[in-house]
Amino acid sequence: MHRRGVGAGAIAKRKLAEAKYKERGTVLAEDQLAQMSKQLDMFKTNLEEFASKHKQEIRKNPEFRVQFQDMCATIGVDPLASGKGFWSEMLGVGDFYYELGVQIIEVCLALKHRNGGLITLEELHQQVLKGRGKFAQDVSQDDLLRAIKKLKVLGNGFGIIPVGGTFLIQSVPAELNMDHTVVLQLAEKKGFVTVSEIKSSLKWETERAKQVLEHLLKEGMAWLDEQAPEEPQYWLPALFTELYSQEITPEEAKEAIP
Amino acid sequence: MDRFSWTTGLLELGETLVVQQRGVRLSDGEEKVKFDSGVLLLSTHRLIWRDQKNHECCIAVPLSQIVFIEEQSSGIGKSAKIVVHLHPASSNKEPGPFQSSKYSYIKLSFKEHGQIEFYRRLSEEMTQRRWESMPTGQAMQVNKDTQAGRIRAVGIVGIERKIEEKRKETDKNISEAFEDLSKLMEKAKEMVELSKSIANKIKEKQGDITEDETIRFKSYLLSMGIANPVTRETYGSGTQYHMQLAKQLAGILQTPLEERGGIMSLTEVYCLVNRARGLELLSPEDLVNACKMLESLKLPIRLRIFDSGVMVIELQSHNEEEMVASALETIFCAVG
Repeated sequence: MHRRGVGAGAIAKRKLAEAKYKERGTVLAEDQLAQMSKQLDMFKTNLEEFASKHKQEIRKNPEFRVQFQDMCATIGVDPLASGKGFWSEMLGVGDFYYELGVQIIEVCLALKHRNGGLITLEELHQQVLKGRGKFAQDVSQDDLLRAIKKLKVLGNGFGIIPVGGTFLIQSVPAELNMDHTVVLQLAEKKGFVTVSEIKSSLKWETERAKQVLEHLLKEGMAWLDEQAPEEPQYWLPALFTELYSQEITPEEAKEAIP
Repeated sequence: MDRFSWTTGLLELGETLVVQQRGVRLSDGEEKVKFDSGVLLLSTHRLIWRDQKNHECCIAVPLSQIVFIEEQSSGIGKSAKIVVHLHPASSNKEPGPFQSSKYSYIKLSFKEHGQIEFYRRLSEEMTQRRWESMPTGQAMQVNKDTQAGRIRAVGIVGIERKIEEKRKETDKNISEAFEDLSKLMEKAKEMVELSKSIANKIKEKQGDITEDETIRFKSYLLSMGIANPVTRETYGSGTQYHMQLAKQLAGILQTPLEERGGIMSLTEVYCLVNRARGLELLSPEDLVNACKMLESLKLPIRLRIFDSGVMVIELQSHNEEEMVASALETIFCAVG
Protein backbone atom coordinates (compact mmCIF):
# COMPACT_ATOMS: atom_id res chain seq x y z
CA MET A 1 0.00 0.00 0.00
CA HIS A 2 1.33 3.42 -0.94
CA ARG A 3 1.90 6.20 1.52
CA ARG A 4 -0.11 9.09 0.20
CA GLY A 5 1.14 11.73 2.48
CA VAL A 6 3.21 11.98 5.62
CA GLY A 7 1.35 14.28 7.93
CA ALA A 8 -0.48 13.35 11.12
CA GLY A 9 -3.77 13.81 9.32
CA ALA A 10 -2.93 11.16 6.73
CA ILE A 11 -1.84 8.71 9.35
CA ALA A 12 -4.95 9.25 11.40
CA LYS A 13 -7.11 8.79 8.30
CA ARG A 14 -5.38 5.53 7.48
CA LYS A 15 -5.81 4.24 11.00
CA LEU A 16 -9.50 4.99 10.83
CA ALA A 17 -9.78 3.11 7.52
CA GLU A 18 -7.98 0.10 8.97
CA ALA A 19 -10.19 0.08 12.03
CA LYS A 20 -13.31 0.19 9.84
CA TYR A 21 -11.98 -2.71 7.74
CA LYS A 22 -11.29 -4.74 10.88
CA GLU A 23 -14.76 -4.01 12.17
CA ARG A 24 -16.32 -5.20 8.94
CA GLY A 25 -14.24 -8.35 8.99
CA THR A 26 -15.36 -9.12 12.48
CA VAL A 27 -18.96 -8.43 11.63
CA LEU A 28 -18.78 -10.84 8.72
CA ALA A 29 -17.52 -13.69 10.90
CA GLU A 30 -20.01 -12.80 13.61
CA ASP A 31 -22.80 -13.10 11.05
CA GLN A 32 -21.73 -16.50 9.93
CA LEU A 33 -21.19 -17.72 13.46
CA ALA A 34 -24.68 -16.55 14.37
CA GLN A 35 -26.00 -18.40 11.35
CA MET A 36 -24.14 -21.52 12.34
CA SER A 37 -25.45 -21.26 15.86
CA LYS A 38 -29.01 -21.08 14.60
CA GLN A 39 -28.53 -23.96 12.19
CA LEU A 40 -26.92 -25.95 14.94
CA ASP A 41 -30.01 -25.53 17.09
CA MET A 42 -32.18 -26.66 14.21
CA PHE A 43 -29.98 -29.64 13.59
CA LYS A 44 -30.11 -30.56 17.24
CA THR A 45 -33.92 -30.61 17.02
CA ASN A 46 -33.79 -32.83 13.93
CA LEU A 47 -31.39 -35.16 15.67
CA GLU A 48 -33.61 -35.31 18.74
CA GLU A 49 -36.52 -36.31 16.56
CA PHE A 50 -34.45 -38.93 14.82
CA ALA A 51 -33.27 -40.25 18.17
CA SER A 52 -36.77 -40.52 19.57
CA LYS A 53 -37.77 -42.70 16.65
CA HIS A 54 -34.65 -44.67 15.92
CA LYS A 55 -32.35 -44.67 18.92
CA GLN A 56 -33.31 -48.28 19.60
CA GLU A 57 -32.46 -49.24 16.05
CA ILE A 58 -28.92 -48.03 16.51
CA ARG A 59 -28.55 -49.85 19.78
CA LYS A 60 -29.97 -53.12 18.58
CA ASN A 61 -29.02 -53.36 14.92
CA PRO A 62 -25.33 -53.76 14.04
CA GLU A 63 -26.02 -53.31 10.32
CA PHE A 64 -27.76 -50.03 10.96
CA ARG A 65 -24.78 -48.90 12.97
CA VAL A 66 -22.49 -49.65 10.05
CA GLN A 67 -24.73 -47.66 7.70
CA PHE A 68 -24.83 -44.80 10.14
CA GLN A 69 -21.06 -44.73 10.57
CA ASP A 70 -20.41 -44.95 6.84
CA MET A 71 -22.78 -42.09 6.10
CA CYS A 72 -21.15 -39.93 8.73
CA ALA A 73 -17.72 -40.66 7.30
CA THR A 74 -18.91 -39.77 3.80
CA ILE A 75 -20.04 -36.30 4.79
CA GLY A 76 -17.02 -35.65 7.00
CA VAL A 77 -18.55 -36.07 10.44
CA ASP A 78 -17.12 -38.19 13.23
CA PRO A 79 -19.89 -39.14 15.62
CA LEU A 80 -17.38 -40.67 18.00
CA ALA A 81 -14.96 -37.76 18.19
CA SER A 82 -16.27 -36.49 21.48
CA GLY A 83 -18.56 -37.61 24.25
CA LYS A 84 -19.82 -34.04 24.23
CA GLY A 85 -20.94 -34.24 20.60
CA PHE A 86 -24.65 -34.23 19.71
CA TRP A 87 -24.45 -37.72 18.24
CA SER A 88 -23.05 -39.16 21.39
CA GLU A 89 -25.39 -37.29 23.70
CA MET A 90 -28.60 -37.96 21.81
CA LEU A 91 -28.06 -41.24 20.08
CA GLY A 92 -25.92 -42.76 22.79
CA VAL A 93 -23.43 -44.04 20.22
CA GLY A 94 -20.56 -42.59 22.17
CA ASP A 95 -21.04 -44.49 25.40
CA PHE A 96 -21.58 -47.69 23.42
CA TYR A 97 -18.20 -47.45 21.67
CA TYR A 98 -16.20 -45.86 24.47
CA GLU A 99 -17.26 -48.56 26.89
CA LEU A 100 -16.43 -51.16 24.29
CA GLY A 101 -12.98 -49.57 24.10
CA VAL A 102 -12.47 -50.11 27.79
CA GLN A 103 -13.55 -53.73 27.49
CA ILE A 104 -11.20 -54.31 24.57
CA ILE A 105 -8.27 -52.84 26.47
CA GLU A 106 -9.01 -55.05 29.46
CA VAL A 107 -9.18 -58.23 27.43
CA CYS A 108 -5.95 -57.44 25.59
CA LEU A 109 -4.16 -56.65 28.82
CA ALA A 110 -5.36 -59.85 30.44
CA LEU A 111 -4.14 -62.01 27.58
CA LYS A 112 -0.94 -60.18 26.74
CA HIS A 113 1.25 -62.52 28.76
CA ARG A 114 0.09 -65.38 26.54
CA ASN A 115 0.12 -63.87 23.09
CA GLY A 116 2.54 -60.99 23.35
CA GLY A 117 -0.15 -58.45 22.51
CA LEU A 118 -1.44 -60.04 19.32
CA ILE A 119 -4.93 -61.49 19.20
CA THR A 120 -7.30 -62.52 16.45
CA LEU A 121 -10.44 -60.44 16.01
CA GLU A 122 -12.48 -63.61 16.60
CA GLU A 123 -10.93 -64.37 19.93
CA LEU A 124 -11.18 -60.75 21.01
CA HIS A 125 -14.84 -60.79 20.03
CA GLN A 126 -15.51 -63.95 22.05
CA GLN A 127 -13.72 -62.67 25.13
CA VAL A 128 -15.39 -59.28 24.99
CA LEU A 129 -18.84 -60.85 24.67
CA LYS A 130 -18.08 -63.06 27.63
CA GLY A 131 -16.94 -60.12 29.69
CA ARG A 132 -20.02 -58.10 28.83
CA GLY A 133 -22.32 -60.75 30.19
CA LYS A 134 -25.68 -62.03 29.12
CA PHE A 135 -27.69 -58.88 29.59
CA ALA A 136 -25.54 -56.52 27.61
CA GLN A 137 -26.20 -55.26 24.12
CA ASP A 138 -24.80 -57.41 21.36
CA VAL A 139 -21.66 -56.17 19.57
CA SER A 140 -20.42 -57.10 16.13
CA GLN A 141 -16.86 -57.41 14.86
CA ASP A 142 -17.37 -54.18 12.96
CA ASP A 143 -18.17 -52.47 16.24
CA LEU A 144 -14.91 -53.77 17.70
CA LEU A 145 -12.90 -52.47 14.77
CA ARG A 146 -14.42 -49.02 15.07
CA ALA A 147 -13.75 -48.90 18.79
CA ILE A 148 -10.15 -49.97 18.20
CA LYS A 149 -9.62 -47.28 15.57
CA LYS A 150 -10.63 -44.72 18.17
CA LEU A 151 -8.28 -46.18 20.77
CA LYS A 152 -5.23 -45.60 18.60
CA VAL A 153 -5.19 -41.95 19.52
CA LEU A 154 -4.19 -42.90 23.08
CA GLY A 155 -0.74 -43.83 21.82
CA ASN A 156 -0.95 -47.37 23.04
CA GLY A 157 0.10 -49.12 19.89
CA PHE A 158 -3.33 -50.46 19.01
CA GLY A 159 -3.25 -51.62 15.44
CA ILE A 160 -5.24 -53.71 13.02
CA ILE A 161 -3.35 -56.16 10.80
CA PRO A 162 -5.20 -57.92 8.00
CA VAL A 163 -4.38 -61.62 7.79
CA GLY A 164 -6.00 -64.29 5.67
CA GLY A 165 -9.51 -62.86 5.50
CA THR A 166 -9.64 -61.73 9.11
CA PHE A 167 -7.64 -59.39 11.34
CA LEU A 168 -5.00 -59.57 14.03
CA ILE A 169 -5.35 -56.91 16.66
CA GLN A 170 -2.11 -55.56 18.05
CA SER A 171 -2.34 -53.96 21.45
CA VAL A 172 1.25 -53.15 22.33
CA PRO A 173 3.43 -50.42 20.87
CA ALA A 174 5.82 -52.90 19.35
CA GLU A 175 7.32 -51.87 16.08
CA LEU A 176 5.73 -54.06 13.42
CA ASN A 177 6.76 -53.12 9.93
CA MET A 178 5.79 -54.60 6.56
CA ASP A 179 8.20 -57.53 6.95
CA HIS A 180 6.73 -58.56 10.28
CA THR A 181 3.19 -58.21 8.98
CA VAL A 182 3.88 -60.34 5.94
CA VAL A 183 5.37 -63.11 8.09
CA LEU A 184 2.32 -62.97 10.38
CA GLN A 185 0.10 -63.39 7.36
CA LEU A 186 2.17 -66.36 6.26
CA ALA A 187 1.91 -67.95 9.69
CA GLU A 188 -1.85 -67.53 9.81
CA LYS A 189 -2.53 -70.67 7.81
CA LYS A 190 -1.01 -73.18 10.21
CA GLY A 191 -0.40 -71.11 13.31
CA PHE A 192 3.34 -71.43 12.88
CA VAL A 193 6.04 -70.69 10.36
CA THR A 194 9.62 -71.80 9.68
CA VAL A 195 12.64 -70.12 8.17
CA SER A 196 12.46 -72.39 5.12
CA GLU A 197 8.82 -71.51 4.50
CA ILE A 198 9.60 -67.83 4.62
CA LYS A 199 12.49 -68.25 2.25
CA SER A 200 10.51 -70.25 -0.28
CA SER A 201 7.25 -68.26 -0.08
CA LEU A 202 8.65 -64.78 0.17
CA LYS A 203 12.00 -65.35 -1.54
CA TRP A 204 13.94 -63.75 1.31
CA GLU A 205 17.43 -64.46 2.49
CA THR A 206 17.99 -66.41 5.68
CA GLU A 207 19.22 -63.36 7.55
CA ARG A 208 16.12 -61.31 6.83
CA ALA A 209 13.80 -64.16 7.84
CA LYS A 210 15.73 -64.73 11.05
CA GLN A 211 15.66 -61.07 11.99
CA VAL A 212 11.89 -60.89 11.70
CA LEU A 213 11.41 -64.08 13.70
CA GLU A 214 13.82 -62.93 16.38
CA HIS A 215 11.87 -59.71 16.74
CA LEU A 216 8.55 -61.53 17.10
CA LEU A 217 10.16 -63.80 19.70
CA LYS A 218 11.47 -60.85 21.61
CA GLU A 219 8.06 -59.19 21.65
CA GLY A 220 6.52 -62.37 23.00
CA MET A 221 4.31 -62.71 19.95
CA ALA A 222 5.99 -65.89 18.79
CA TRP A 223 7.11 -68.96 20.68
CA LEU A 224 9.93 -71.19 19.55
CA ASP A 225 9.57 -74.94 19.19
CA GLU A 226 13.09 -76.28 18.81
CA GLN A 227 12.00 -79.86 19.06
CA ALA A 228 10.06 -79.85 15.83
CA PRO A 229 11.19 -82.70 13.51
CA GLU A 230 12.85 -80.91 10.60
CA GLU A 231 13.63 -77.42 11.76
CA PRO A 232 12.60 -75.02 14.53
CA GLN A 233 9.01 -73.83 14.28
CA TYR A 234 7.87 -70.38 15.31
CA TRP A 235 4.34 -70.55 16.73
CA LEU A 236 1.99 -67.62 17.15
CA PRO A 237 -0.12 -68.06 20.26
CA ALA A 238 -2.51 -65.44 18.94
CA LEU A 239 -3.51 -67.85 16.20
CA PHE A 240 -3.79 -70.95 18.28
CA THR A 241 -6.36 -70.62 20.98
CA GLU A 242 -7.36 -74.27 21.11
CA LEU A 243 -4.13 -74.99 22.96
CA TYR A 244 -5.34 -73.14 25.99
CA SER A 245 -7.26 -75.07 28.58
CA GLN A 246 -7.53 -72.15 30.92
CA GLU A 247 -9.75 -69.24 30.06
CA ILE A 248 -9.65 -65.75 31.39
CA THR A 249 -12.72 -64.88 33.42
CA PRO A 250 -14.18 -61.38 33.32
CA GLU A 251 -13.00 -60.89 36.91
CA GLU A 252 -9.44 -61.72 35.98
CA ALA A 253 -9.66 -59.35 33.05
CA LYS A 254 -10.85 -56.55 35.32
CA GLU A 255 -8.05 -57.21 37.78
CA ALA A 256 -5.50 -56.82 35.04
CA ILE A 257 -6.33 -53.12 34.97
CA PRO A 258 -5.38 -51.45 38.24
CA MET B 1 -54.52 -70.47 30.09
CA ASP B 2 -56.01 -73.91 30.26
CA ARG B 3 -52.64 -75.40 29.33
CA PHE B 4 -51.22 -74.53 32.73
CA SER B 5 -51.05 -76.97 35.66
CA TRP B 6 -50.62 -76.37 39.38
CA THR B 7 -47.11 -77.11 40.53
CA THR B 8 -44.92 -76.88 43.60
CA GLY B 9 -42.50 -74.75 41.64
CA LEU B 10 -39.60 -76.97 42.63
CA LEU B 11 -37.33 -77.99 39.81
CA GLU B 12 -37.13 -81.66 38.94
CA LEU B 13 -34.00 -83.73 38.69
CA GLY B 14 -32.45 -82.95 35.34
CA GLU B 15 -34.33 -79.67 35.04
CA THR B 16 -32.23 -76.50 35.20
CA LEU B 17 -33.25 -72.91 35.71
CA VAL B 18 -32.35 -70.73 32.73
CA VAL B 19 -33.63 -67.27 33.61
CA GLN B 20 -36.23 -65.65 35.82
CA GLN B 21 -37.96 -62.30 35.87
CA ARG B 22 -40.05 -60.51 38.48
CA GLY B 23 -43.06 -58.37 37.83
CA VAL B 24 -44.72 -60.45 35.14
CA ARG B 25 -48.46 -60.56 34.55
CA LEU B 26 -50.18 -63.39 32.72
CA SER B 27 -53.14 -62.90 30.42
CA ASP B 28 -55.41 -65.47 28.85
CA GLY B 29 -55.27 -64.27 25.26
CA GLU B 30 -56.69 -60.76 25.41
CA GLU B 31 -58.36 -61.20 28.79
CA LYS B 32 -56.82 -60.31 32.11
CA VAL B 33 -56.74 -63.05 34.73
CA LYS B 34 -55.97 -62.96 38.42
CA PHE B 35 -52.29 -63.80 37.84
CA ASP B 36 -51.31 -60.22 38.05
CA SER B 37 -47.91 -59.99 39.64
CA GLY B 38 -45.47 -62.84 39.73
CA VAL B 39 -42.05 -64.21 39.08
CA LEU B 40 -41.73 -65.88 35.71
CA LEU B 41 -39.17 -68.66 35.58
CA LEU B 42 -37.81 -70.33 32.51
CA SER B 43 -36.31 -73.76 32.96
CA THR B 44 -35.00 -76.21 30.42
CA HIS B 45 -38.38 -77.94 30.55
CA ARG B 46 -41.07 -75.53 31.63
CA LEU B 47 -42.38 -72.02 31.94
CA ILE B 48 -43.27 -71.47 35.61
CA TRP B 49 -45.14 -68.56 37.15
CA ARG B 50 -45.25 -67.95 40.89
CA ASP B 51 -47.36 -65.31 42.60
CA GLN B 52 -45.14 -62.74 44.33
CA LYS B 53 -47.48 -62.33 47.28
CA ASN B 54 -48.67 -65.89 47.66
CA HIS B 55 -45.82 -68.30 46.98
CA GLU B 56 -48.17 -71.25 47.19
CA CYS B 57 -49.85 -70.13 44.01
CA CYS B 58 -47.62 -71.58 41.36
CA ILE B 59 -48.43 -72.77 37.87
CA ALA B 60 -46.42 -74.14 34.99
CA VAL B 61 -46.68 -75.18 31.38
CA PRO B 62 -44.22 -77.46 29.57
CA LEU B 63 -42.10 -75.82 26.88
CA SER B 64 -43.15 -78.60 24.53
CA GLN B 65 -46.61 -77.03 24.51
CA ILE B 66 -45.30 -73.90 22.85
CA VAL B 67 -45.84 -73.53 19.12
CA PHE B 68 -44.07 -70.22 18.74
CA ILE B 69 -43.50 -66.91 20.49
CA GLU B 70 -43.53 -63.29 19.42
CA GLU B 71 -42.59 -59.97 20.94
CA GLN B 72 -44.88 -57.01 21.44
CA SER B 73 -43.00 -53.83 22.14
CA SER B 74 -44.09 -51.50 24.89
CA GLY B 75 -46.23 -48.45 24.34
CA ILE B 76 -47.42 -45.52 26.43
CA GLY B 77 -48.78 -47.01 29.63
CA LYS B 78 -48.26 -50.51 28.30
CA SER B 79 -45.48 -52.89 29.19
CA ALA B 80 -43.61 -54.95 26.65
CA LYS B 81 -45.10 -58.38 26.15
CA ILE B 82 -44.24 -61.78 24.87
CA VAL B 83 -47.12 -63.63 23.21
CA VAL B 84 -46.87 -67.39 23.58
CA HIS B 85 -48.88 -69.52 21.18
CA LEU B 86 -49.69 -72.94 22.55
CA HIS B 87 -50.77 -76.36 21.37
CA PRO B 88 -54.07 -77.57 22.73
CA ALA B 89 -53.77 -79.12 26.18
CA SER B 90 -53.26 -82.86 26.22
CA SER B 91 -55.93 -84.99 27.74
CA ASN B 92 -53.70 -86.31 30.50
CA LYS B 93 -52.66 -82.87 31.70
CA GLU B 94 -52.42 -82.30 35.45
CA PRO B 95 -55.15 -80.08 36.88
CA GLY B 96 -54.67 -76.36 36.61
CA PRO B 97 -56.38 -73.03 37.26
CA PHE B 98 -58.52 -73.16 34.10
CA GLN B 99 -60.51 -75.99 32.60
CA SER B 100 -60.97 -74.31 29.28
CA SER B 101 -60.04 -71.24 27.34
CA LYS B 102 -61.25 -69.70 24.14
CA TYR B 103 -57.73 -68.58 23.30
CA SER B 104 -54.80 -70.56 21.98
CA TYR B 105 -52.26 -68.10 23.27
CA ILE B 106 -51.25 -66.30 26.42
CA LYS B 107 -49.52 -63.01 26.99
CA LEU B 108 -46.66 -62.33 29.37
CA SER B 109 -46.51 -58.67 30.42
CA PHE B 110 -43.16 -57.51 31.69
CA LYS B 111 -44.08 -54.74 34.07
CA GLU B 112 -40.53 -54.52 35.36
CA HIS B 113 -38.81 -55.08 32.01
CA GLY B 114 -36.47 -57.99 31.31
CA GLN B 115 -38.37 -59.02 28.21
CA ILE B 116 -35.42 -58.79 25.82
CA GLU B 117 -33.33 -61.28 27.72
CA PHE B 118 -36.29 -63.49 28.57
CA TYR B 119 -37.34 -63.62 24.92
CA ARG B 120 -33.82 -64.46 23.87
CA ARG B 121 -33.45 -67.28 26.38
CA LEU B 122 -36.89 -68.65 25.64
CA SER B 123 -36.11 -68.67 21.91
CA GLU B 124 -32.87 -70.50 22.65
CA GLU B 125 -34.62 -73.12 24.72
CA MET B 126 -37.22 -73.54 21.99
CA THR B 127 -34.45 -74.16 19.47
CA GLN B 128 -32.36 -76.42 21.66
CA ARG B 129 -35.33 -78.39 23.00
CA ARG B 130 -33.28 -79.65 25.88
CA TRP B 131 -36.34 -81.19 27.50
CA GLU B 132 -36.30 -83.90 24.89
CA SER B 133 -32.87 -85.16 25.84
CA MET B 134 -33.13 -84.62 29.58
CA PRO B 135 -36.09 -86.57 30.93
CA THR B 136 -37.11 -85.41 34.40
CA GLY B 137 -38.13 -87.34 37.45
CA GLN B 138 -41.76 -86.33 37.63
CA ALA B 139 -44.25 -87.86 35.28
CA MET B 140 -44.84 -84.66 33.37
CA GLN B 141 -47.19 -84.36 30.54
CA VAL B 142 -44.89 -84.32 27.59
CA ASN B 143 -46.38 -83.21 24.36
CA LYS B 144 -45.43 -85.94 21.95
CA ASP B 145 -45.95 -83.77 18.91
CA THR B 146 -43.42 -84.32 16.20
CA GLN B 147 -42.84 -81.96 13.32
CA ALA B 148 -45.74 -83.52 11.49
CA GLY B 149 -47.89 -83.10 14.53
CA ARG B 150 -47.04 -79.43 14.68
CA ILE B 151 -48.42 -78.82 11.27
CA ARG B 152 -51.72 -80.10 12.52
CA ALA B 153 -51.74 -77.54 15.32
CA VAL B 154 -54.79 -75.33 15.48
CA GLY B 155 -54.66 -72.02 13.72
CA ILE B 156 -51.33 -72.58 12.01
CA VAL B 157 -52.42 -70.49 9.06
CA GLY B 158 -53.24 -67.55 11.27
CA ILE B 159 -49.88 -67.92 12.94
CA GLU B 160 -47.99 -67.94 9.67
CA ARG B 161 -49.82 -64.82 8.60
CA LYS B 162 -48.75 -63.11 11.79
CA ILE B 163 -45.12 -64.02 11.18
CA GLU B 164 -45.32 -62.56 7.70
CA GLU B 165 -46.93 -59.37 8.98
CA LYS B 166 -44.29 -59.01 11.60
CA ARG B 167 -41.51 -59.47 9.07
CA LYS B 168 -43.04 -56.83 6.82
CA GLU B 169 -43.34 -54.44 9.70
CA THR B 170 -39.75 -54.97 10.72
CA ASP B 171 -38.69 -54.32 7.14
CA LYS B 172 -40.82 -51.20 7.07
CA ASN B 173 -39.30 -49.97 10.31
CA ILE B 174 -35.79 -50.50 9.02
CA SER B 175 -36.42 -48.75 5.72
CA GLU B 176 -38.11 -45.87 7.50
CA ALA B 177 -35.09 -45.62 9.74
CA PHE B 178 -32.76 -45.53 6.75
CA GLU B 179 -34.89 -42.89 5.07
CA ASP B 180 -34.87 -40.71 8.14
CA LEU B 181 -31.14 -41.30 8.48
CA SER B 182 -30.51 -40.12 4.92
CA LYS B 183 -32.50 -36.96 5.49
CA LEU B 184 -30.62 -36.30 8.70
CA MET B 185 -27.30 -36.76 6.94
CA GLU B 186 -28.28 -34.22 4.30
CA LYS B 187 -28.73 -31.65 7.04
CA ALA B 188 -25.50 -32.65 8.69
CA LYS B 189 -23.75 -32.19 5.36
CA GLU B 190 -25.00 -28.59 5.23
CA MET B 191 -23.45 -28.00 8.63
CA VAL B 192 -20.13 -29.34 7.39
CA GLU B 193 -20.21 -27.01 4.36
CA LEU B 194 -21.00 -24.02 6.53
CA SER B 195 -18.19 -24.80 8.94
CA LYS B 196 -15.72 -25.08 6.04
CA SER B 197 -16.78 -21.69 4.76
CA ILE B 198 -16.35 -20.11 8.19
CA ALA B 199 -12.98 -21.76 8.62
CA ASN B 200 -11.84 -20.29 5.32
CA LYS B 201 -12.98 -16.82 6.38
CA ILE B 202 -11.06 -17.21 9.62
CA LYS B 203 -7.92 -18.20 7.76
CA GLU B 204 -8.21 -15.22 5.43
CA LYS B 205 -8.80 -12.70 8.14
CA GLN B 206 -5.89 -13.68 10.34
CA GLY B 207 -5.99 -11.70 13.55
CA ASP B 208 -9.43 -10.25 12.99
CA ILE B 209 -11.26 -12.99 14.69
CA THR B 210 -11.54 -12.65 18.43
CA GLU B 211 -10.49 -15.40 20.75
CA ASP B 212 -14.05 -15.64 21.96
CA GLU B 213 -15.34 -16.32 18.48
CA THR B 214 -12.70 -18.92 17.85
CA ILE B 215 -13.69 -20.71 21.01
CA ARG B 216 -17.35 -20.55 20.03
CA PHE B 217 -16.58 -21.94 16.60
CA LYS B 218 -14.56 -24.79 18.05
CA SER B 219 -17.39 -25.76 20.37
CA TYR B 220 -19.79 -25.85 17.41
CA LEU B 221 -17.39 -28.17 15.62
CA LEU B 222 -17.19 -30.33 18.70
CA SER B 223 -20.96 -30.69 18.88
CA MET B 224 -21.17 -31.79 15.27
CA GLY B 225 -18.10 -34.00 15.32
CA ILE B 226 -16.44 -32.00 12.56
CA ALA B 227 -12.66 -31.94 12.52
CA ASN B 228 -11.19 -28.54 13.27
CA PRO B 229 -9.92 -27.05 9.99
CA VAL B 230 -8.35 -24.01 11.60
CA THR B 231 -4.66 -24.52 12.06
CA ARG B 232 -3.95 -21.56 14.25
CA GLU B 233 -4.87 -22.75 17.74
CA THR B 234 -5.03 -21.00 21.01
CA TYR B 235 -5.29 -24.04 23.24
CA GLY B 236 -4.34 -26.86 20.90
CA SER B 237 -7.52 -28.35 19.50
CA GLY B 238 -9.21 -27.95 22.85
CA THR B 239 -12.38 -26.11 23.77
CA GLN B 240 -13.91 -24.87 27.00
CA TYR B 241 -15.13 -28.37 27.54
CA HIS B 242 -11.63 -29.76 27.35
CA MET B 243 -10.34 -27.09 29.66
CA GLN B 244 -12.89 -28.05 32.30
CA LEU B 245 -12.12 -31.68 31.72
CA ALA B 246 -8.42 -31.05 32.22
CA LYS B 247 -9.09 -29.48 35.60
CA GLN B 248 -11.35 -32.39 36.58
CA LEU B 249 -8.70 -34.88 35.57
CA ALA B 250 -6.10 -33.16 37.70
CA GLY B 251 -8.36 -33.74 40.67
CA ILE B 252 -9.37 -37.30 39.85
CA LEU B 253 -5.91 -38.56 38.99
CA GLN B 254 -3.91 -37.16 41.89
CA THR B 255 -4.34 -40.15 44.19
CA PRO B 256 -4.16 -42.90 41.55
CA LEU B 257 -0.94 -41.37 40.27
CA GLU B 258 0.58 -41.28 43.71
CA GLU B 259 -0.37 -44.92 44.16
CA ARG B 260 1.39 -45.84 40.95
CA GLY B 261 4.71 -44.15 41.41
CA GLY B 262 3.60 -40.92 39.79
CA ILE B 263 3.05 -42.20 36.28
CA MET B 264 0.24 -43.84 34.30
CA SER B 265 -0.22 -44.64 30.63
CA LEU B 266 -3.01 -42.76 28.89
CA THR B 267 -4.68 -46.09 28.20
CA GLU B 268 -4.84 -46.81 31.92
CA VAL B 269 -6.23 -43.35 32.55
CA TYR B 270 -8.89 -43.87 29.89
CA CYS B 271 -10.08 -47.08 31.54
CA LEU B 272 -9.89 -45.72 35.06
CA VAL B 273 -11.82 -42.55 34.33
CA ASN B 274 -14.49 -44.19 32.19
CA ARG B 275 -15.03 -47.05 34.60
CA ALA B 276 -15.55 -44.48 37.34
CA ARG B 277 -17.96 -42.40 35.26
CA GLY B 278 -20.21 -45.25 34.17
CA LEU B 279 -22.22 -42.92 31.96
CA GLU B 280 -21.40 -40.01 29.65
CA LEU B 281 -18.02 -41.49 28.97
CA LEU B 282 -15.05 -39.67 27.52
CA SER B 283 -13.97 -40.43 24.01
CA PRO B 284 -10.26 -41.20 23.54
CA GLU B 285 -9.94 -37.88 21.73
CA ASP B 286 -11.62 -35.98 24.55
CA LEU B 287 -9.04 -37.41 26.92
CA VAL B 288 -6.09 -36.58 24.70
CA ASN B 289 -7.31 -33.05 23.99
CA ALA B 290 -7.88 -32.39 27.67
CA CYS B 291 -4.46 -33.75 28.59
CA LYS B 292 -2.78 -31.54 26.02
CA MET B 293 -4.02 -28.55 27.99
CA LEU B 294 -2.69 -29.68 31.35
CA GLU B 295 0.64 -27.95 31.05
CA SER B 296 -0.68 -24.63 29.82
CA LEU B 297 -3.25 -24.58 32.59
CA LYS B 298 -0.43 -25.07 35.08
CA LEU B 299 -2.07 -28.10 36.63
CA PRO B 300 -0.11 -30.44 38.91
CA ILE B 301 -0.15 -33.27 36.36
CA ARG B 302 1.09 -33.27 32.80
CA LEU B 303 1.08 -35.22 29.58
CA ARG B 304 4.28 -36.64 28.23
CA ILE B 305 4.66 -38.12 24.77
CA PHE B 306 7.58 -40.40 24.04
CA ASP B 307 9.27 -40.86 20.69
CA SER B 308 7.57 -44.20 20.28
CA GLY B 309 4.22 -42.43 20.51
CA VAL B 310 3.45 -43.82 23.93
CA MET B 311 1.62 -41.25 26.05
CA VAL B 312 1.69 -41.03 29.81
CA ILE B 313 0.37 -38.77 32.55
CA GLU B 314 2.75 -37.94 35.34
CA LEU B 315 2.83 -35.90 38.49
CA GLN B 316 4.62 -32.60 38.00
CA SER B 317 5.97 -32.74 41.52
CA HIS B 318 8.12 -35.75 40.89
CA ASN B 319 11.81 -35.22 40.64
CA GLU B 320 12.94 -35.54 37.02
CA GLU B 321 16.23 -37.28 37.75
CA GLU B 322 14.62 -39.73 40.07
CA MET B 323 12.01 -40.51 37.46
CA VAL B 324 14.38 -41.10 34.57
CA ALA B 325 15.89 -44.08 36.29
CA SER B 326 12.68 -45.79 37.31
CA ALA B 327 10.60 -44.31 34.48
CA LEU B 328 11.84 -46.76 31.87
CA GLU B 329 11.09 -49.70 34.10
CA THR B 330 7.68 -48.35 35.05
CA ILE B 331 6.76 -47.73 31.42
CA PHE B 332 7.56 -51.30 30.47
CA CYS B 333 5.32 -52.49 33.25
CA ALA B 334 2.56 -50.04 32.45
CA VAL B 335 2.35 -50.71 28.73
CA GLY B 336 3.84 -54.14 28.45
